[in-house]
Amino acid sequence: MSTRITLSQAFQQGVREEMERDDAIFVLGTDMVERGGHFAQLRGIGSEFPGRVRDAPISEAAMVAAGVGAALNGLRPIVDLNFIDFALGAMDEIVNQAAKARFMWGRGVPMVIRGTAGIAFYAAQHNNSLEAGFAHTPGLLVVMPSTPADTKGLIKSALRCDDPVVFLMHKSLTGLRGEVPEGEHVVPLGEAAIRRAGDDVTVVAYGALVARAERVAERLATEGVAVEVIDLRTLFPLDLATIEASVRRTGRLVVASEAPRHGGIGGEIAAAIQESSFFYLDAPIQRVGALHTPISHSPPLIAAAIPSEEQLERAIRATLTPQEAVA
Amino acid sequence: MIDVSEAREPLPVSLDGLDGQDLVEWLATMQLIRDFEEALDPLCLSGRIPGGVHVAVGQEAVAVGAMRALEPGDVVTSSHRPHHHGLARGVEPNAMMAELFGRADGTGGGRCGTMHIAAMDRHYYGGNGIVGAGLGLALGAALAAQVRGSGQVALGFFGDGAVNIGRVWEAINMAAAWKLPLIAFCENNLYAVETPTASVTGGDSIVRRAEGFGLPAVQVDGQDAGAVHRVVREARERALAGEGPTFVEALTYRYQGHNTGQVTSYRTDAEVEEWKQLRDPLVRLRVALTASGLLDDDAYDALCARSRETVAAATAFADASPWPDLATADAGVTEIDPKLRGNP
Repeated sequence: MSTRITLSQAFQQGVREEMERDDAIFVLGTDMVERGGHFAQLRGIGSEFPGRVRDAPISEAAMVAAGVGAALNGLRPIVDLNFIDFALGAMDEIVNQAAKARFMWGRGVPMVIRGTAGIAFYAAQHNNSLEAGFAHTPGLLVVMPSTPADTKGLIKSALRCDDPVVFLMHKSLTGLRGEVPEGEHVVPLGEAAIRRAGDDVTVVAYGALVARAERVAERLATEGVAVEVIDLRTLFPLDLATIEASVRRTGRLVVASEAPRHGGIGGEIAAAIQESSFFYLDAPIQRVGALHTPISHSPPLIAAAIPSEEQLERAIRATLTPQEAVA
Repeated sequence: MIDVSEAREPLPVSLDGLDGQDLVEWLATMQLIRDFEEALDPLCLSGRIPGGVHVAVGQEAVAVGAMRALEPGDVVTSSHRPHHHGLARGVEPNAMMAELFGRADGTGGGRCGTMHIAAMDRHYYGGNGIVGAGLGLALGAALAAQVRGSGQVALGFFGDGAVNIGRVWEAINMAAAWKLPLIAFCENNLYAVETPTASVTGGDSIVRRAEGFGLPAVQVDGQDAGAVHRVVREARERALAGEGPTFVEALTYRYQGHNTGQVTSYRTDAEVEEWKQLRDPLVRLRVALTASGLLDDDAYDALCARSRETVAAATAFADASPWPDLATADAGVTEIDPKLRGNP
């Protein structure tokens, strides 16, 4: 059985089922109880679980610190920061406290830090792509689903995980609808999904770029180019095995992200794949990413900064005709 | 601050209602802390302890008085100056010393060093290298205690330097708003590293600042173990009665520099001497115990000898402990082993 619901509703369904299953799950965040958060991501949970959802002061450091201490003392908190950008006010708590407790003290911090991420409106300070930084921090797991079903399956895994999980939900996918299995539907952390099979070029993407990559693949299929689209789903640990197997088949790789290209997840994948599979490659790996700039308010300026479908298509074509490498 | 202008001998301590045998144990623990920490400087300077350490020589009554007011299930977090808290909480001297040496038998197998020694089985969530951060962990432990109805109280130590970092007040505000069973314990040794705290702190009272957050705030003589014990006990009872957090400011003093081997030119020798002569927490407790017939000189000498032996044994234990297994360098960072997923 499955129902067609939004990504937010799928998140709620996953959280609801886990809260019914496990009394230790506790939600901490601002404007959570009535509103369900700034994206209505937890709508209804506050009234369904009285006492287990708490409205916090706008004190990100205290919220995350409270999450860490509570996790060490028997709870499994979801600290919902609304926008992941607000994590910057709690960076020490995430990097120095949450991420290091298991390493230092042998006790994990079963905490989910949820934030809405990705590029949309509200300009520079609400559109940071912080995922590579989190993934670069030993001790954190990083998740960014692209479908409602995966959102449910991954939040269930995150809530069963004994380590801190940064759970990123893309702004533009908030209302995305899709079939979501009812009941026990768990997507393991650290496993990518092949969204579309193809033997000519591998495209690796995550978040909102997955759907864009699938549309490009659809178009190219009409020209006889078979693009394989891999959705990372988990950004740490990376499922390099799935990417590697695909690239060894296709011989071509494009890595796509909405984050600035420099220092991003895509660069890490490109480096790892050339290390492991250089002699399987028929063309240079292409990276598609955002310009190295904060995000603007004006829609055309946003569009100019982040990867378009056309850009993605050019990158794929560049792997087919290597001499036309794109910058 | 107590006026000592007329005093010529160690100030009295307030031990009303406390058990005599308990107090002897307190003094023994304070002596152990002092001897342990005084042994560290040469071990650092000779390289047997890698790097330096922040010692709390002079602050022993704070740790022992507070810790003895708590129950075994209560949660404690500490700061970058954590040995006295750890030892008072019951961390084994051998394991602590081995940790300082970076050896396999240390509390963290050599991962932690001075600032992260913890005893999770004793609900002691360790020292913390980041000023004010330990209080945040105590805040969360107090939240969990409230949500779970576990009957625990959480006490977070921080220094006077931490009263000027925002996170401390974020935590105190949250605890006050939610009436969490938290004791926010400021160990005011007057200097934030090498800066006189008064010179960088707005207002003239830390406890009045705390009161603005809507919780009781009390200043106590941190060199009087009995006084510290009483305020923490009262704070604990308030917390368990559902009346919320308490802010405690204990006035104390560290005799040594901020870190190993550091000079203390930012304060006068006369100031240090005054604290040692009139307020030393060990001397004051010993004088009181002797006067009340609880501890004669022989018993005191035996207590000191045991302390020295414990420290010597801990040093020998650490010396003999092997280096950690290098294969564990990146083990157990997360429960999921990322290598399983093809990472190099």
